[in-house]
Amino acid sequence: MNEEMEENEEMAKLMIVFRTAPYGSIYAFEGLENVLIMAAYDQDISVLFVDDGVYAIKKGMDTTATGIKNFSPTFRAMEAYDIEKVFIDRTSMEERGLKLEDLVVEPEVVEAEAVEKMMEEQKNFFMF
Amino acid sequence: MKFGIMITEGPYQHEASDSAYQFTKAALAKGHEILRVFFYQDGVLNSTKLMEPQADDRHIQKQWSALATENGIEFIVCVAAAKRRGINDTVTADGFKIGGLGMLTELAIEADRVVEFRA
Repeated sequence: MNEEMEENEEMAKLMIVFRTAPYGSIYAFEGLENVLIMAAYDQDISVLFVDDGVYAIKKGMDTTATGIKNFSPTFRAMEAYDIEKVFIDRTSMEERGLKLEDLVVEPEVVEAEAVEKMMEEQKNFFMF
Repeated sequence: MKFGIMITEGPYQHEASDSAYQFTKAALAKGHEILRVFFYQDGVLNSTKLMEPQADDRHIQKQWSALATENGIEFIVCVAAAKRRGINDTVTADGFKIGGLGMLTELAIEADRVVEFRA
């Protein structure tokens, strides 16, 4: 499989979608793990926060009482990993009373129609 | 078509692993290629040879192992997810190999479709 990959010069469009709240399940954490691993493969990576997934990048999370590590600040590493296509669904954000200044990163705010179009363009995407 | 299969749910509790198995078999029967099956999150629990279901039930791990050896398909068990759940290469059955999350990225790059089976 690795030999085949070397012949594939065109970058694949891959998307990681965060749609569940962090800490109640492992999904958001695994999504972040995937983003940081994928970044090493030099592909066309997009990251989208939608539904309760928008809470994954909320500032000021305090997970002390849960015993679960607060990984939200780690999303800031996306910039150092050259992941530039970071999006947040406007409706999801507004329905939850969140503003851009409440977030640990600065995603581009997109409408549902744009989200749909982006998803159609991906070669593969993973939901977390 | 080149498929990648991703399983994120354990055996028996939900149908996810059974569905993934049936899908993989059906895809092979139709002449499609299965590049890799990636066992992730609770899905890593499908790989343990310690499972002992009741005799009149299907044996999910043995079904998978047979599929791997008969068709030469690569089964990768995510190392970080496995370690969390007490799975290592002393308990993984024939056909399952421990591997990194990068192998899921490779699959996403190479496969025409990665199909995920979850609860």
